[in-house]
Amino acid sequence: MYAIFVIFLFYAAGLLLSKAIGGLIPGNVLGMLLLFGALLAGWVKPEKMRTIASFITTHMALYFVPVGVGLMVTTRYFAGATVAIVVASAVSTVLVLVVTAWVQQILEKWKR
Amino acid sequence: MEAMNELFALQPFTLAFVIGIYLASVALYRRTRLGLLHPVLTSMLVIIGVLYVLDVDYEAFRQGSFLIDFMLGPSVVALGYVLYEQVRLIRRHLVSMLTAVSVGSLVGIVSVTLIARWLGADEQVVSSLQPKSVTTPIALGISERFGGIPPLTAVVVVVVGVFGAVVGPFVLDKTGVRSKIARGLAMGSSAHGGGTSRAIEMGAVEGAISGLSIGLMGVATALLMPLVRLFL
Repeated sequence: MYAIFVIFLFYAAGLLLSKAIGGLIPGNVLGMLLLFGALLAGWVKPEKMRTIASFITTHMALYFVPVGVGLMVTTRYFAGATVAIVVASAVSTVLVLVVTAWVQQILEKWKR
Repeated sequence: MEAMNELFALQPFTLAFVIGIYLASVALYRRTRLGLLHPVLTSMLVIIGVLYVLDVDYEAFRQGSFLIDFMLGPSVVALGYVLYEQVRLIRRHLVSMLTAVSVGSLVGIVSVTLIARWLGADEQVVSSLQPKSVTTPIALGISERFGGIPPLTAVVVVVVGVFGAVVGPFVLDKTGVRSKIARGLAMGSSAHGGGTSRAIEMGAVEGAISGLSIGLMGVATALLMPLVRLFL
């Protein structure tokens, strides 16, 4: 129960903080950062989080299935942009891949 | 059909229905190992097919599946623990990794925006694509926040994961990336869970770093998005 309490406590805190900053960053991401910080600071006991946190995150893929089903009512909003969606996503993914790898590799060599 | 709408608005029924189809999709994926049969894609398509054939309204399904949807929030918060476990292991490289992921995130948001606009996509679509390299639960929050179409984001993100897993190792070889850390980091940053599943096959270091970079990329993109949108 401790883990469930902690997760909802930080989720709620994240949502409130998100509201306070005008929703610039999603509440769940802020909740994640707050929990991360609290673990580093030693305010939350990591060994008590392990079981529940692993369970929830292992089955993460299930949670966005219902959102995806929303395709059945939203395709008309982007049907005309299919080429743009495919090309932009593919090219940008390769760019992220290469740039991230190069920056990391350069920083590693530089350090040595 | 009214009777069908009532059935699918019933939470226990729809929970069992969705989880059952998801489990079957996972089993199918494990057996075939085909990237395109990703459990999320298969589950979605099967469910859409069933709802369509039985003439069920999306609203009824949405009501019945609410609890699964709701779990997205707590699951992202729980990632804070996963991140903590991983960060403890690689403190030494944290600064260089944060830098690399932030630059990668920036390049990702800017490039997808410019290319999509150039090819005539409207702003709703552009907002849906901006978080494409971020793990889905976080990407959905970002997409929703900036006026995107969450279902489109969900599909694009999953497909990007499959795409990155397939082309990633090839691109890294061709561009002369040898560092194990750089390879793992690039796989997770560009293609989140999909990239990580492939990075695990490359090696233990690549897999662990890739897993960590999923969280870093999510945070970097969530933090950079409001800034980048001021200029784009």
